[in-house]
Amino acid sequence: MKNVAYINRPNRPLHLYALVYLAFLYVPVLFLPLFSFNDSIYVTFPFKGFTTTWYEQMLDNKPMHAALMNSIRVASVAALVATMFGIFAAKAVTRYRIRGKKPVVGAIMLPLVIPGIILGVALLILVSRLGIPLSLYTITLGHILISIPFSMATLIARFEGFDKSMEEAAADLGDNAWWTFWRVTLPMAFPGVLASLLLCFTISFDEFIMAFFLAGTESTLPIFIYTQLRFPQKLPGVLALGACILAVSFVVVFFAQWLRRRGIAGSSNVGV
Amino acid sequence: MSKDDGYIKIERLSKHFDSVVAVDQVDITINSGEFFSLLGASGCGKTTLLRMLGGFEMPTAGEIYIENVPMSGVPPHRRPTNMVFQNYAIFPHLNVRRNIAYGLRAERLNAAETARRVGEALELVKLQGFGERRSDELSGGQRQRVALARALIRRPKVLLLDEPLGALDKKLREEMQLELRALQQSLGITFVFVTHDQEEALTLSDRVAVMSQGRILQMATPEEIYQRPVSVEVADFIGQMNFIDARVIDIGNGNTVLDTAALGRIRAPTLSGLTQEGAKIVVAIRPEKLRLSKERPLGTGNAVQGVIKNTAYLGDRRHFYVAVQGWDKPLAVAAQEVQESGSRSFEPESPVWVSWTDDSVILLDAS
Repeated sequence: MKNVAYINRPNRPLHLYALVYLAFLYVPVLFLPLFSFNDSIYVTFPFKGFTTTWYEQMLDNKPMHAALMNSIRVASVAALVATMFGIFAAKAVTRYRIRGKKPVVGAIMLPLVIPGIILGVALLILVSRLGIPLSLYTITLGHILISIPFSMATLIARFEGFDKSMEEAAADLGDNAWWTFWRVTLPMAFPGVLASLLLCFTISFDEFIMAFFLAGTESTLPIFIYTQLRFPQKLPGVLALGACILAVSFVVVFFAQWLRRRGIAGSSNVGV
Repeated sequence: MSKDDGYIKIERLSKHFDSVVAVDQVDITINSGEFFSLLGASGCGKTTLLRMLGGFEMPTAGEIYIENVPMSGVPPHRRPTNMVFQNYAIFPHLNVRRNIAYGLRAERLNAAETARRVGEALELVKLQGFGERRSDELSGGQRQRVALARALIRRPKVLLLDEPLGALDKKLREEMQLELRALQQSLGITFVFVTHDQEEALTLSDRVAVMSQGRILQMATPEEIYQRPVSVEVADFIGQMNFIDARVIDIGNGNTVLDTAALGRIRAPTLSGLTQEGAKIVVAIRPEKLRLSKERPLGTGNAVQGVIKNTAYLGDRRHFYVAVQGWDKPLAVAAQEVQESGSRSFEPESPVWVSWTDDSVILLDAS
């Protein structure tokens, strides 16, 4: 311990604090997989026994599958569209001299602070006024709306992170704006694009309020789960589903972090 | 080697950034095959001028002609120029080979021809075997070579270089200077080179334009800029110089007599345009044009007595700072270390004589 730098020397109270912090974050979440294997429809201690019944039930639960597929479809489209808008907006904001740039960016970021319930009601009024029937499309629309600010924030950071002379070099080497975008800008922004896709997908995937207002006959997974909670015997099935989603989320987050780190390693070489 | 053919003509070129005038009505003519340097401190407008040549900045006024074709409105990808960027701008998502091949897209070459051209370019910059390296596996010097190869593979008529050696350490920089010069001479491409390093500009260039505050102070060969600077600013920027206030006594035929603060009454080659006797003027003299001796030198009236205040050892030579009467700044006198046995014997605080020849004195406008 002697040859540890002053700034790195161990600190016991801080270690303890870190443990408490992690417990606070993760213990509630860990109850989900724990009780999903409990052989009882009631979520209480003590455990009755180990079972995989709930997972087996989940595999046969057709409405759940439908809701899951709906959610994946809505989230995929919302993530793609929001990220596309995010790319164009971030490119414009970071590369061109636009008059009134700050108010424009502010306006795009505003949905971040508008409560979802207000946006939901507003959109509901709008689409019903326009005579558009409620469906997965209207949910997708709402999710695109709330995802764009997140996509933009992610992508602006990425676009600002790399040297503008890269794009100038591409132009210098014979590429017009179109080719420059496809051969330099997009590949270099790729980690940001992927991060934005994952982020927007996650936002859409667990979004409830907007989906609740804008859903037609087909529901997304959060709405399905909400309706299931009214029937106590369905609860363990929801826990099993939750455990599965949790596992997938962890994998996705680790993947995103790995990408982000690779992105940083890549951009640090951009400077000399 | 280079004819006076006005290959690149820059006419009354200006660039304003809002209220800041970066380039101010600049006129330059660059010949084909010339190694032309833009030299100046940071913020003098040299990089902006280069970027206008490359098409990255639009001029506020004026015009650039390359082979008599006006360049305004011509985007970078259609110009006969290529640029080596200051930070090299190596694409981090591509390896060396693909970086270098980047500019060949429009030529629609087949794979074999592309490989041949890339191989040639790698050989040109002595990077054979580095084709599959990632950009983050390269040293500063190697990155610089990749940037050079990437620009040259397009066979540009004009190569623009924005302080390409600035990030390299001194030894590597001197090596690259020689290589760059050899490359330019063998390819016969016109180089426009931006630098703040006066030594580099003098070493490399056929001609140098010294810039300050968006204007060109002097445009001439390195020798002329060093030997006959036209203003105090240029003389100060290039190398070391002693400046002494003086007053014109008599303007004769070829020679001017002056009264100086530090050197007494001296003679110097006439400054053209100088007509007024009694005018205030600045006398400039290089440290290496001054001689140091213990005794009053015989056979010359050009000598003044002083006291050594300070010495600076510079390896190949030694600078003595000699205080003389009537002038508050000590004179810098350079002595080659070949005469080491002689120069070491000059102790601080010892009285010495400083002498010079008439033709080593440069007259400059005082304004």
